[in-house]
Amino acid sequence: MCRIGAIKSLDYMHPSMALKLMRSQQEGHDNSGFAMVMQDLGGIFEPYKHLPTLSMACTDEGIRIAENILHEIGFRRIVQWSPVANDWPGLNISAMPNYVFETFNYPYAYEHLGQKEKEELLLDTRLQLREALEPNEEGFAYSFWPDVITLKEIGDPHDIGTYFNLWEVDDRFTAKVITAQCRQNTNYDIVRYAAHPFHTQGYTVLANGENTFYLKNKEFQQGLHRGYIGFESDSQCFLYTLHYVHRQLGWPLRYFKHTITPLPFEQLESRADKNQLMGIRQSLAHLEINGPNAIIGLLPDNTMFTCCDAKKLRPIVIGHDDRTVVFSSEVCGINEILPDRDWTTDIYPGERETIAINDKLEVQRWKQ
Amino acid sequence: METVKMNNVTANDLPWKIIYDSKRCTMCGSCIATCSFRAIKMKVERRRSVVSEGDFPEPKASFSAVPVIKQVNSIRDFCRGCGMCEKVCPNDAIRPERNPDNRHPIITRCLTADSIKRGGRKNLEGATRTLDSIRVGRISQMTDPSLDAQRHTFDLLAPFGRILPPGELPFSSDNDGNLITSTATPPVNMIYPIIIGDMSIGALSWRMWEAVAMATAYLNEECGLPVRMSSGEGGLPRRLLRSKYLKYMILQIASGHFGWNRIATSMPDMIEDPAGILIKIGQGAKPGDGGLLQSGKVASHIQAIRGVPKTDLLSPPNHQGLYSIEESVQKMFLSMNAAFKFRVPVAIKVAASSTSVSVFNNLVRDPYNIVGGFFLDGIDGGTGAAHEVSLDHTGHPIASKLRDCYLAAVSQGRQGQIPLWAAGGLGKTGDLAADAFKMICLGANGVFSGKLILQMAGCVGNDTGRCNACNTGLCPAGITTQEPQLAHRLDPEKVAQNIVNYFLAMDKEFKKLMAPIGNSTLPVGRADALISTDHAVADRLKIQHVC
Repeated sequence: MCRIGAIKSLDYMHPSMALKLMRSQQEGHDNSGFAMVMQDLGGIFEPYKHLPTLSMACTDEGIRIAENILHEIGFRRIVQWSPVANDWPGLNISAMPNYVFETFNYPYAYEHLGQKEKEELLLDTRLQLREALEPNEEGFAYSFWPDVITLKEIGDPHDIGTYFNLWEVDDRFTAKVITAQCRQNTNYDIVRYAAHPFHTQGYTVLANGENTFYLKNKEFQQGLHRGYIGFESDSQCFLYTLHYVHRQLGWPLRYFKHTITPLPFEQLESRADKNQLMGIRQSLAHLEINGPNAIIGLLPDNTMFTCCDAKKLRPIVIGHDDRTVVFSSEVCGINEILPDRDWTTDIYPGERETIAINDKLEVQRWKQ
Repeated sequence: METVKMNNVTANDLPWKIIYDSKRCTMCGSCIATCSFRAIKMKVERRRSVVSEGDFPEPKASFSAVPVIKQVNSIRDFCRGCGMCEKVCPNDAIRPERNPDNRHPIITRCLTADSIKRGGRKNLEGATRTLDSIRVGRISQMTDPSLDAQRHTFDLLAPFGRILPPGELPFSSDNDGNLITSTATPPVNMIYPIIIGDMSIGALSWRMWEAVAMATAYLNEECGLPVRMSSGEGGLPRRLLRSKYLKYMILQIASGHFGWNRIATSMPDMIEDPAGILIKIGQGAKPGDGGLLQSGKVASHIQAIRGVPKTDLLSPPNHQGLYSIEESVQKMFLSMNAAFKFRVPVAIKVAASSTSVSVFNNLVRDPYNIVGGFFLDGIDGGTGAAHEVSLDHTGHPIASKLRDCYLAAVSQGRQGQIPLWAAGGLGKTGDLAADAFKMICLGANGVFSGKLILQMAGCVGNDTGRCNACNTGLCPAGITTQEPQLAHRLDPEKVAQNIVNYFLAMDKEFKKLMAPIGNSTLPVGRADALISTDHAVADRLKIQHVC
């Protein structure tokens, strides 16, 4: 079984927090990898929140390929940072040779264009990088988005932490939001892209479970948007549905839950909004999910939310104090991060609930 | 003694031979009374017996006249093998036996200079049915638990009506974060994924049709299964058109437009909308042919409903005036939509064909989002009457064509927008739940079935040439006849009960298939749940091959 976790704080946090959150749940997963997405960045990236940062793992040739592409489009690098690589003998890690986090200025032609055009450029560029790096596995472009950093690696999470020096707290590599997961894909081949969290255009999702409507979701999503590719994991479908419902259709977040786990027809009939809910059930029938799942999602405005499958077959719990909120598959993860919190205020979401935490750490609960 | 000429029709020319044992026969006459085809008759045979009674041979011949049952040697009144004589005989003295050496296809054509017509189903037996080489092979275990078929609540409804692409839903959000609708959307009815297929009141006896309608109403009103029934081409009784039960009926309009005068004139009196309109373009059992109701079945009540004299009723092979898909969309659908003020979904039924995907593509790309369902009917479907050559030699199997249409929708990102409904031999082995489930996994939103319903009513026909005389109006089970004596053999209430019970059993079995794959809702397009031991089937349908 998989374990997922996420921390959202009013203060900048070091990724060691995410490692601690996940390591405490290590008996529940197979320790086959570590992946995280950091958003609302501090440290060296704090001055560049409005500019896109590329997160990439690659070979030397991969760097060359990527830089040529970015240069050709007109991106201008302003800051580059690579984590320390403690390549000590005995570490269980299958690391790529280079990890690159680079922040760029937009091409001159885009400087005066609107946010929408810039966002499409960033997506197109990431897709182009991914395609160019794919032959011979020269590299993996995980995310290319303002104020977001992604790291994914195969190996023992503890050793991955050691390799990247993530156990040593500093104030250079921090964020107010970190989502993390400690396992490689089990249903399909182990590839780096298949590790949660998944990110596209400011949306991040990680899921604990199995989406048995994977094929239905995938076949429908492939035709919905050019960015819906890969599908190395059945959980990527959650990301694409979230992106589609919230960004492309512009619907409020609560309708994501109505899309993936619609209410039974019998219950719809008595609802005031039955026409809308029935429309969703019909037009987005292929985005419905089945199977056991707990999902953590992150929106571009840093809102963090969670919801579950309609039978509540996978766990998720939310604990908080005044400055920090932790989402975790197991409560022991929250105990590790917030040992002194009032645990009686922990939230155990229901099967029909969406729980969202906004940037002021206010809790919103929507019953479906 | 009768003289037999070489070209006379004799029993060994006919598809069935009557095997009769005069020693067991009590001459009760039941078999002759029951044979609706008049294929057996009373006859007196001259018998000669020679007896020697003394110690030495002194043979004496004696002659007697013995009453017997004889087969009628006629290409009109020939035995169809229905077995009613055997059923009613108290002494097991008579039965039909298949005659593999018969010359029926040849002599009938030679004697009539006309094509052979019959009803029933395709009689060409192939290899293993495609659906029987498929199993549900993706079983939920461990991390993805199976469901409890008895206790879990399943959500088994399928759309009848045009589904808008998500980007065209007229939704916007208000200040409270609720979605609100700005304009009307096409009508969609959510119904049980198995429709009772289109059999007309004309093809069926009025008692049989009423039994099906009763079963449909009972399933809805008492059992909570929103099953819909298609009327077939030929209209409905006025009292049904004016009743609340009209909402369970899908009205069919076919190329003969039979019965539509009565439907149109009843509109002001309707208190409910029908469940939908189904425009029949083609039929899987006889693609390229229109409906055929032979004059023998055009009884006075059929004449009244359809507004016709007693004559062969031949629906044209196409809708006159519709020469292209665009026209069919613009004229027919719009007029049917407008007739019910855009409250009733309108769908189309076509015979599966090599060209089905092109037709489907044209409809699914229609920017006006009009067509509310694509009913695809395969070769194994049944018919009340057709030319035998059409039945035996034209048509297209349903499984691959349904899959092709679904995958065509997938490649355009339009799956589900025109709901796909499949038919043609589904439930042929008696197991409709399994066939329906597999078709849904292959991409159907639902299925429809007709001839299985007849079998629930007692139809004795089969795929190997037994009976299949629906066209004659002499149905021995009272199902496809308008003869009062024959129709009264059928007990409508018993038939309705059989249909209801079959649906209840099937519903349970359907859930027994949903549960192991862990799905609460219909697994439309979940081909990953299917496996096949047949490599060719697996390749063609793009499912996993197993061995």
